[in-house]
Amino acid sequence: MTKASRLVVLCAALTLPGAAAAQRVTAIDPAGSEIRFVSKQMNVPVEGRFRKFAVQIDFDPSKLASSKAQVEVDLGSIDTGSDEADAEVKGKGWFNIAAFPKATFVSSSVKSVGANRYEVTGRLTIKGISQDLAVPLTIKHDGSSSVFEGGFNLLRLQFKIGEGPWSDEDTVANAVQVRFRFVGVNKKP
Amino acid sequence: METRYTSTAILLHWLIAALILCAAVMGLYMVELKLSPWKLKLYSWHKWVGVTIWLLVLARALWRLTHRPPEPAPMPRWQKAASMVTHMLLYVLMLVIPITGWLFSSASGFPVVYLGLLQLPDLVHKNKELAALFQTCHAVLNYTMFAVVGLHVLAAVKHHLVDRDTVLHRMLPLIPPPGARGQQ
Repeated sequence: MTKASRLVVLCAALTLPGAAAAQRVTAIDPAGSEIRFVSKQMNVPVEGRFRKFAVQIDFDPSKLASSKAQVEVDLGSIDTGSDEADAEVKGKGWFNIAAFPKATFVSSSVKSVGANRYEVTGRLTIKGISQDLAVPLTIKHDGSSSVFEGGFNLLRLQFKIGEGPWSDEDTVANAVQVRFRFVGVNKKP
Repeated sequence: METRYTSTAILLHWLIAALILCAAVMGLYMVELKLSPWKLKLYSWHKWVGVTIWLLVLARALWRLTHRPPEPAPMPRWQKAASMVTHMLLYVLMLVIPITGWLFSSASGFPVVYLGLLQLPDLVHKNKELAALFQTCHAVLNYTMFAVVGLHVLAAVKHHLVDRDTVLHRMLPLIPPPGARGQQ
């Protein structure tokens, strides 16, 4: 193969699947979507998740500048891994759900960082406290849906999640690994 | 003739006894606590002690199998049989109880991380019904062990104070055999 023909093949390889994959997504299917997290207690990883959340999205790989997403998590739907902790974290020292029932993430920009890989930046608000957040995102194309997957380390103390005696990081680590998977429904052209 | 257990056997016996007492006190206390960082610490420490006990018991069982214990004082055949059954039962309970704790922890969705460093594999998937079952096993076997340990201690004290033989002395050399005391 000549250099030029190699370049053509490479370009085709890069653009063809990309073009096929360049689907606009304007809705998330809750079935198959999930927000999970792993907290560390005494260095013991404990799996948890949120059962209820709403995602508003308008993602167009060819128009990243106007692409946006907003995630609203119903904190009362938390499953920390144990009933005892579920009751505890709804209280004042943790999420204070009576006053702050929801956590929100609102994107401000989306940029491409590779094939089917993006970085979404935005504001995460929990318990009345907002912080900037950059989240890596990968997209897997699966027939009529685009699956968005990503994760980040949430530093719980930045949001006063676990105050007083619970702010002790040796017992419950500051970093909580959050992972999400949103099944996006491809918009029909 | 050797009149007492080897130093290794004696050390392991008392170390394991102390750790079992420690794990039992922690276990009985921690389950009553409201959720707090202190409670999470105790649960972890309890599991660490449990894993340590299991390892030491394994070492002790291997040592026992390869080192013949000293002949006990002459005693009726039924007492010899009772002592053999009690000891066998103690070994089995000491090896099984930590595993029921591990199973209970796995089924509850909490991996065991030994000393906060080494994560043990989960024996079963998270499952509420199984967790309740293993919790019951862990508790029932522990109460069984308390009863067997009670019998074990009473028998040792009875041999020492009533029969005035060397049974206790061979595992607790700090206490002189009753005969020696009589000669003084």
